[in-house]
Amino acid sequence: MLYAILCYAHEETVFAWSKDEEAAVMEKLYALQEPLAKAGKLGPVGRLMPTTAATTVRKGRDEPLVLDGPFAETKEVLLGFYTAEFETLDEAVTFAKDLSAVNPGSSSYEIRPFYVFHPGDAQVGAGGAS
Amino acid sequence: MTDLGWIELALTAARPQALGALLRYFRDLDTAEEAFQEACLRAIRTWPDKGPPRDPAAWLIFVGRNSGVDQVRKRAKNEPLPEEAAFSDLSDAEEDIADRLDNAHYRDDILRLMFICCHPELPNTQQIALSLRIVSGLTVPQIAKAFLVSDAAMEQRITRAKARIARAQSEKRPGDKGVVGFEAPDAYERAARLKTVAAMIYLVFNEGYSSGVNNPDSLTLCEEAIRLVRILLRIFPAEPEIMGLATLMLLQHARAGARFDEAGQIILLEQQDRSLWDKKLIAEALAMLDKAVRHRSGGPYQLQAAIAALHARAEKPEDTDWWQIDLLYQALEHLQPSPVVTLNRAVAVSKAEGPEEALALIATVAAPLDGYFYFHGVRGGLLMQAGQKAEAREAFDRAISLANSPAEAAHIRMQIDRLGEVGT
Repeated sequence: MLYAILCYAHEETVFAWSKDEEAAVMEKLYALQEPLAKAGKLGPVGRLMPTTAATTVRKGRDEPLVLDGPFAETKEVLLGFYTAEFETLDEAVTFAKDLSAVNPGSSSYEIRPFYVFHPGDAQVGAGGAS
Repeated sequence: MTDLGWIELALTAARPQALGALLRYFRDLDTAEEAFQEACLRAIRTWPDKGPPRDPAAWLIFVGRNSGVDQVRKRAKNEPLPEEAAFSDLSDAEEDIADRLDNAHYRDDILRLMFICCHPELPNTQQIALSLRIVSGLTVPQIAKAFLVSDAAMEQRITRAKARIARAQSEKRPGDKGVVGFEAPDAYERAARLKTVAAMIYLVFNEGYSSGVNNPDSLTLCEEAIRLVRILLRIFPAEPEIMGLATLMLLQHARAGARFDEAGQIILLEQQDRSLWDKKLIAEALAMLDKAVRHRSGGPYQLQAAIAALHARAEKPEDTDWWQIDLLYQALEHLQPSPVVTLNRAVAVSKAEGPEEALALIATVAAPLDGYFYFHGVRGGLLMQAGQKAEAREAFDRAISLANSPAEAAHIRMQIDRLGEVGT
């Protein structure tokens, strides 16, 4: 089974780490990832850029709205995610709008650029969730 | 990370919101700061055992409010004539814990806290020092180190600035210039505050950026300015000029590791080792600029950010899109005419068209910039490119006499040395 593990933390403190603190944490994180990576079981790993870099596409009854900032509602929950390469934010917004058009009902799409820590090479295994 | 280390980061992160709310309750900076301080001491005592609260800012506001109220009461007993303003929000302060979040207020609280440090009668250096002390919560020795002055001198500077603000708040009527109101501002006032605060944050950044060479501690100021603009963006997420300012500072700070050689000499953009630029900061900045551009509402920060972005995108100096940079500078000249902008445009013109065209352009700003180090430095460089060695030498000599730091003077001397190698 391929799992997504979503990390939640206080961004103001995480982005206030000093270079040394950051390096110390990263070293421990890489040590944890390494066995998975060696076994070919690690998917893409990254850290999302600060929420200030986020844009949200919100679909209601009318045309989807493009809003600056992260997704902030609490009624909807995270149901899935894409990672893809886009040349511009506009391209990413267009893709998110297309997604919203295909998905019936209301939905929101938070677009967050991220730093890649590991490109990932996990294949969905025999017991995979494909 | 130790418990205390974590708590310290959490307290710093919560500071603008918590102190901003306390300032609104008590309408007095000293009382608000004392109350916040008291709440922090309580946090350091109780959080390690009980664990951190889910919302540290709300916790600090609640605890600080109660301790501040006690203080005001104690003082009221000792002083026969309490100021009414100090009591105006007491009923508010005793309300049930349920309304402690005050979400509707908090962005104006943070903005007010930043804005109160930007009093128009305070010189720039005092505005910077004050906001580092009050908004960022840096200690006096930390700020003194960044400014290369003694602790005592910095303490005095901050005390004076605070006294100046307190006097303005008490002497004048609300609505007077320099008096900060405590009611929620209207949209016009909010926009004006945002603009002033953005300029102050850029001052903080530039103070760090320009003194980085002689004093590595001043780079803290750049990091702090970036932290402050992120706070602003979180509370005003749809302001393209704030995005532009964030982009600009991230891009400039991304080059911090490449701007000076081991001897502390300035390395110009073209000669910098671009592998030393911070890719993460650049990536964030470019994402931010994309967001800003979507608003189709340009401004000076966005234009400067777009120029910096063109440099950041060029993997090698010769990949730089000088033609585009020239256009952006023209737009900036139109929006914010200034001889310095024209001088910067001349550099782009020299790359896109040649040194003669650039020399013709800077001739138009020679008078206002005659006492400006960079003008003579740039002019000398252009004359050297145009093969006018004697005139170049003269311009460089003039630049050295106007240099603001030994590093600047040394940099020009290097140019003069190169002059000797250039054939006539």
